[in-house]
Amino acid sequence: MRVIYTDLLCIGAGLAGERVAIEAAQAGFETVCLSLVPSRRSHSSAAQGGMQAALGNCIKGHGDCPDVHFQDTVKGSDWGCDQEVARMFVDNAPVAIRQMDYWGVPWNRVVAGRSCYYKGGERLEKEEPLEKTGLITARDFGGTARWRACFCSDGTGHAMLYPLDNVAVKYGVQVHDRTEALSLIHNGEQCLGAVVRCLKTGRLLAYLARATLIASGGFGRIYRASTNAVINEGGGQIIALDTGVVPLGNMEAVQFHPTGIVPTDILVTEGCRGDGGTLLDVKQERFMPGYEPEKAELASRDVVSRCMHEHMARGLGVKSPYGDHLWLDIRHLGREHISVKLREVDEICKNFLGIDPAEQLIPVRPTQHYSMGGVRTDKNGAAYGLKGLFSAGEAACWDMHGFNRLGGNSLSETVVAGMIVGRKIVEFLQGHEISLNTGLVRNELKKQQERINRLMSRDSGERVYDLRNRMQDILMDYVGIFRNEKDLNTAVDELREVLHRTGNLKLSSSGTGADPELALALRLPGMVRLALCVAYGALERRESRGSHARQDYPARNDRDWLVRTLACWPESRDLPRLEYEPATRIVEIPPGDRGYGGGGVIS
Amino acid sequence: MSRKLKYSIFRYNPVDPDSKPGMQEFFLQETENLNLFVALNILREVQDPSIQFDFCCRAGICGACGMVINGRPGLACRTKTADLPDQVSLLPLPGFRLVGDLSVDTGSWFRAMNEKIRSWVHTDKEFDPQEQEVCMDNRVAEKIYELDRCIECGCCIAACATAQMRVDFLGAVAMNRIARFMIDPRDKRGHKDYFEVVGTDQGIFGCMGLLGCQDVCPKNIPLQDQLAYVRRKMGWQALRRLMPGQA
Repeated sequence: MRVIYTDLLCIGAGLAGERVAIEAAQAGFETVCLSLVPSRRSHSSAAQGGMQAALGNCIKGHGDCPDVHFQDTVKGSDWGCDQEVARMFVDNAPVAIRQMDYWGVPWNRVVAGRSCYYKGGERLEKEEPLEKTGLITARDFGGTARWRACFCSDGTGHAMLYPLDNVAVKYGVQVHDRTEALSLIHNGEQCLGAVVRCLKTGRLLAYLARATLIASGGFGRIYRASTNAVINEGGGQIIALDTGVVPLGNMEAVQFHPTGIVPTDILVTEGCRGDGGTLLDVKQERFMPGYEPEKAELASRDVVSRCMHEHMARGLGVKSPYGDHLWLDIRHLGREHISVKLREVDEICKNFLGIDPAEQLIPVRPTQHYSMGGVRTDKNGAAYGLKGLFSAGEAACWDMHGFNRLGGNSLSETVVAGMIVGRKIVEFLQGHEISLNTGLVRNELKKQQERINRLMSRDSGERVYDLRNRMQDILMDYVGIFRNEKDLNTAVDELREVLHRTGNLKLSSSGTGADPELALALRLPGMVRLALCVAYGALERRESRGSHARQDYPARNDRDWLVRTLACWPESRDLPRLEYEPATRIVEIPPGDRGYGGGGVIS
Repeated sequence: MSRKLKYSIFRYNPVDPDSKPGMQEFFLQETENLNLFVALNILREVQDPSIQFDFCCRAGICGACGMVINGRPGLACRTKTADLPDQVSLLPLPGFRLVGDLSVDTGSWFRAMNEKIRSWVHTDKEFDPQEQEVCMDNRVAEKIYELDRCIECGCCIAACATAQMRVDFLGAVAMNRIARFMIDPRDKRGHKDYFEVVGTDQGIFGCMGLLGCQDVCPKNIPLQDQLAYVRRKMGWQALRRLMPGQA
């Protein structure tokens, strides 16, 4: 039995995982991060447009403060968030961003004087005052009352991740990359670590830790079309769900981003619209002002995605071999702006579409982008159900996003939650010891080894890739932007069938070493269980809220559904057990009108 | 009529005692807008599920998919087959430990490099959560970002003659990183400090100036300029060390 012991085990080494790890390492605790990929390749690196923090430095952010950020976040969540958590988040975001600056992030700065900017298609002027020169500036984003998205061109996630990983290197945070946690080691009450497969050699190891953090990002890849990196298959949520005692929160809350490019589904940032880009239809006319006269292209993502979907359903999309799409127009922003402030977008358009965005339109359509749901935690980041287990970032349902996350709030969450949860874990480590039951560890290792042995020895059975594709297609066809009872019933029935079939997977390869097919075969049943949490949670939630839009229940129902779904998976069942808790215990802003999106409210 | 492309892919699984290194051929019909990310995944899903390769963001952002494509290091995700001839040879990046087939261990290499050059902001100032951020000229911020766009894909190391001859050579990626800190006012290190980490043959003086790095950098980072900049600063520092009473 090969065992590695550490004080804190972080499953995931993106921005959230490493930020927590740094907090623990600074306090003198030994910290190991596991990661599917080298830490700097984490999906955090792909975040483009910005990080929300109410600094109020630039003139269009004048008057901004945590209170305004709070209001935007709660409205954005369609009152689905935990308001106590949202409050902690907005109050700490300015500190977190300044700390990132201290650590070396090259945030764009205020430049004094007159300059022009675009809103919609219109050219406007602004003048930045001299006294703010050199402070961190911001750009406009959807669903916000002020310009608040602080940025480094449109490579903000990358520009944050490298300095943060530098700090992790400085403090000796160990990163064991190319490793995958297959299960949590626990006794039903306490989490003691994880069984881990090395993705270089295929070997199994046990990692034992006094505290374990899940910060493994989202699970967008259960959908066929997603802006997510290919590693975002929900590994962290799967191992939490598999304990049978840790619930996942609001799994039906799935965000579709308005501007994934067609084909390839790669994201182009909301910053395109924030900087004045517009959406056009087949007639090359703007259509968003018709749906949202006030906010237009800068309504929240759930609203813009729904309008785009509706507009295409009315026959006003552009036909292509890859299905209908709409256009994103940033030509009027000019070549210089695009090459400096929208550099990744410029590269993506040239490399993946073969077009020049300064002269041509960008084909886009709403694409799965973010998982608001995840491992349910309390406000300190402690997971429900198991002592010693924590979660932060997209992997968690902390829950500041409710049913729709605002653009720029996820990057912000990674480092703010990382800071807050990190401190709480340090307090926890200062007073918490575990006693190790070697039999428990050996059993969990054996259980995972037997799963591998069964997969490697089966002579006939289901093809791994076929079943994965089937699961992805079911979600695409029946659990998309608009949902209804009939489709969701179909999804649940078909996913249950797929789940049964994953009990009989057969490898086409030998499974030796770092075999990628074996890795997927080990992950797939869990992915289907996550898909069922999404579909079944969506079926049971008989209202529309944020990104969860039911055609058969179009109103937001605050009377019956101002609650968070908690999905647990008791062993040997083929459906999750759903329970509900109040969305928020502390109410600063009672449910009301979002100011965009329309729709009825039952109160 | 679309082309049928022949892929010659390097195969070797170091943990399988029966595996022998060699090239294996695959054939695949070319489709519209095909790139190597899609092509390799089709080959894996349909023809041989054991092929090892690395993709992550598949958008040219994360740097996971560096490989040698028809003799030239590059990112597979953004290589369109339309830009390639009928025969495509794919090899793992040299200079890194092989994990299997096209997959190499860049994580350990870059971690070691970042440790060696002490790749973090050095300052005596404590972070004060109550304090406003320190002002910076936006042009400086944009200049730092320009160099911070490096994605540590490893292409510059694979294309570097020195790195192929000398395993401890830090490469253009490290010199670019040092140049980034030199222009960052938050980093309080002086030339003397930088000299200690890159003023050697493993560092800037090992560079032979062949500039394969600049030719292949997928992010078009001006590596030639950074190498020249660091060499000039470190050259002066070397001379200063020879003068009596100087360090």
